[in-house]
Amino acid sequence: MIDVDHVSIRYTADPRARLVLRDVDIHIPDGELVLVAGRTGSGKSTLLGAINGHVPHFTGGIVTGRVRVNGLDTATHPPRDLADMVGVVSQDPLAGFVTDTVEEELAYGMEQLAIGPQAMRTRVEETLDILGLADLRSRPLRTLSGGQQQRVAIGSVLATGARVLVLDEPTSALDPVSAEEVLAALLRLVHDIGLTVIVAEHRLERVAGYADRMLLLDGTGRVIDGPTREVMAISPLVPPVVDLGRRAGFDQVPLSVREARRMADGLRQAVDGVDPQRWPRIPPAEGKSSVRLALSEGVDTPVAARRRHSRGRRRDGSRPAGVQVEGLSVSYGPVHAVKDVSVSFPAGAITVVMGRNGSGKSTLLWALTGVQKLDSGAFFVDGVGLGDVPADQVRDLVRLVPQSAADLLYLPTVDQECQAADAESGCEPGLCRRIVDALAPTIDPATHPRDLSEGQKLCLVLAIQLTARPHAILLDEPTRGLDYPAKATLAQILAEMAGDGRAVAVVTHDVEFAAEVADQIIVMAAGEVIHTGSAAEVLGTSALFAPQVAKVLHPMRWLTPYQVDQALHEIDLDPGAGDRS
Amino acid sequence: MTSVVKRFFMPRSLHPGAWWGWAIGCAVVASRTVNPILLGLLIAICCVTVQVRRTSAPWAMAFRMYLYLACFIIVLRVGFRVLFSAAGPTVVLRLPVVTIPGLPSVRLLGPVSAEALVGAGGSALQLAAMVVAVGAANALANPKRLLAAVPGALYEWGAVVVIAISVFPQLAESLVRVGRARQLRAETGKGAHLIRNVAMPVLSDALDRSLILAGAMDSRGYGRSAPVSPATRRATSALLILGSLAVCVGAYGLLDTGVTPVWAGASMVAVGVVVAVAGLKLSGARAHRTRYRPDPMAAPEWVVLGSGILACVGMVVVSIAQPLVAYPPTQPLGVPPVSVGALLAVLVLLVPAALAPSPQRWPSGSVTVTADHAPDRQPLTLRGAPR
Repeated sequence: MIDVDHVSIRYTADPRARLVLRDVDIHIPDGELVLVAGRTGSGKSTLLGAINGHVPHFTGGIVTGRVRVNGLDTATHPPRDLADMVGVVSQDPLAGFVTDTVEEELAYGMEQLAIGPQAMRTRVEETLDILGLADLRSRPLRTLSGGQQQRVAIGSVLATGARVLVLDEPTSALDPVSAEEVLAALLRLVHDIGLTVIVAEHRLERVAGYADRMLLLDGTGRVIDGPTREVMAISPLVPPVVDLGRRAGFDQVPLSVREARRMADGLRQAVDGVDPQRWPRIPPAEGKSSVRLALSEGVDTPVAARRRHSRGRRRDGSRPAGVQVEGLSVSYGPVHAVKDVSVSFPAGAITVVMGRNGSGKSTLLWALTGVQKLDSGAFFVDGVGLGDVPADQVRDLVRLVPQSAADLLYLPTVDQECQAADAESGCEPGLCRRIVDALAPTIDPATHPRDLSEGQKLCLVLAIQLTARPHAILLDEPTRGLDYPAKATLAQILAEMAGDGRAVAVVTHDVEFAAEVADQIIVMAAGEVIHTGSAAEVLGTSALFAPQVAKVLHPMRWLTPYQVDQALHEIDLDPGAGDRS
Repeated sequence: MTSVVKRFFMPRSLHPGAWWGWAIGCAVVASRTVNPILLGLLIAICCVTVQVRRTSAPWAMAFRMYLYLACFIIVLRVGFRVLFSAAGPTVVLRLPVVTIPGLPSVRLLGPVSAEALVGAGGSALQLAAMVVAVGAANALANPKRLLAAVPGALYEWGAVVVIAISVFPQLAESLVRVGRARQLRAETGKGAHLIRNVAMPVLSDALDRSLILAGAMDSRGYGRSAPVSPATRRATSALLILGSLAVCVGAYGLLDTGVTPVWAGASMVAVGVVVAVAGLKLSGARAHRTRYRPDPMAAPEWVVLGSGILACVGMVVVSIAQPLVAYPPTQPLGVPPVSVGALLAVLVLLVPAALAPSPQRWPSGSVTVTADHAPDRQPLTLRGAPR
């Protein structure tokens, strides 16, 4: 179906320039589900783009070798001529929609292909049924949920008769339920209709169990190609379930929770009766805490000791340190986004806020920045009441890293951004740069911020916000677009900031990330807090939010592979413990 | 028989061309009279028709804006008349005369007469009625469907406009988002800095979005076309440009009452239309695509369009045969005369309100748009039509 013959791709004319893909030779037969994995910037999108001719016809670049889809050479056939063969679905479906309503969007591709009105009508109806969109047919696209939008995007390329679907991180912006919905639709297309599906994804745990085959980009432009299990066995990027299998020494690499659970009898016996809470969930940061060092330089006392009056506002000693939210309500016109919420984000701990899209999580964070007007209620940071003061006073104590972090960046170089941050925060010059160096040592200060990777952008914005030495730091969906190593780094940075006495709050859909960092978890639904508890309590017992390790070792409340690994090491040293499998 | 009637009244959205034809009829009627009774009736008919035949779509909700604009036009026109000499026999209000030092010939305010007010009101009402007619067309016909109904040759232009319409709310959304995000970071700069701080992220966002959209359209087959020779392409452009020019000149002649004979204007328009249609046909051959569920031009469409044409013809006849009804004198003051013919010409525009099939409405009366991962964007709320 898809033949990639000795393809190398580079984006500049210089023959010595780095090859994004180096001599890639892949042959994908009809009807396979292929998972493409690799670190950010390893060339996943380039590989996917090459399959429908998007690279080089649209992006430019120099391609050697040959890519053929169903016998057609992409060198001579631009994407529009392959539209009836290859369908492309991107991470943000809304950005690629051309029309307003579901039905028109499904028909758009067929209109371009000049398919007859009768056939078009029939195919639209079929597609509506296959993807379960019939009830939504005349709905405006903007009013759909993320999962529904993604299904419309899949349907719109399916309707053109494409036999190959190429998806670039189709679930990375979705909550777990919507992601399941999209994956279920995809699986149905693979199994019932026999489509060939190629999907790139950072969150391997979502797709690994279903993929027939895995293409691993190693970062040098080479592709390791093979059955998912074999590639996973040598991959540096693995979902938690594979990591658990490795650490527990399973005979085979488990790809799904089901497989791991069947292999984990011995493991469950080994850790039976052991309290998981005794072991850390993530490895400690290596070396000295450089961020803490950077922040404490030039300041005589650490955060914990600096809790005091802010701009003359009286501190209420009866309230504990951290963020206290009391009866907070926010509405946008007729929509009540947050209803009478009272929670606390304790100092020195990481609080993770979870819930489906539109449940009011982000609004809660924005309300704590002073930017969002409150309907009623108040909040206190380290005892200082901030519910009714302007945003510039709140900013001294609370800082938010928003979901689209790049919105905060506007200067031409990283270095200038840092200097601006120093000036804004009124701190000693050079602080922001020191934090950037500590968070992400690889960033070149002369780079344009827009050219940074997602993870680097996040680190830069985090550094800018930390420059003000806030007492509380809030992050909205920070793991979006981050690969596993970047997420691990972020987890350590957050732990460090909490260890410094700050209150840290993170809104995320990513249950695996929550399992790694959360001290406390708040679950929201329809603007209300429905559950508050420790990570083990909330994640360990939930069917929906449970991380893979908790599902494998259910009903025990283990959350991360590292935690299990640490426990096993100790049990090994203790001759009284049970056998390891 | 009943099945024919049922089929006629089956709820559906009409071809946008029918509503635009009707609205142009309204505008032509308004252009042929300054009689306040007839114009008032016309505006009332537009309002009633919009009220009973519009959907709950956002563009339909914009009709109110056109009404505000019409009121503004009337206030402005009458206000100017009062400001610059509204003298006449029947004085209703005495205002002090204001002279500007150094300009003795310019006199402002002064006595206000009823005749002047009626005269100004009549011509203001004429313009207001035209604005309301355009607003009604906008409210009754989906502007995007209208663009979709354009001939194949104009498809690319249509696509550009459609995308511009959809990108605009996104741009507004990212403006709001960046504006909020900016408050998260203490600002030291003002003025030029402020513009840069907001414009940089918004523009780069817009650029990213357009590239993504262009890429998506490309990979979905947009721009597939049959090859054409350069000669054909040039001929097409020439025909289209000449045709539109002829239509414009002809329309000017028709509206410019008194100077150009009516037959000259009308024949110019006819020639222009023929040339433009030929150009469109020629270039349509190049486009190779189909339309999903095109709006048919069936009986209800012809009824709506016909009422517009009938009113148009009727009013032109009235304005020629009964000039005192169409352009009633303001002196002496009195109730403007109205004839049965003139009333019928206007009232025929009410036919679509009763006979056009009612539009399909969205199943729920109110749809709240909570864009995904919303809260950093303000949710847009589309309220349902009043029941």
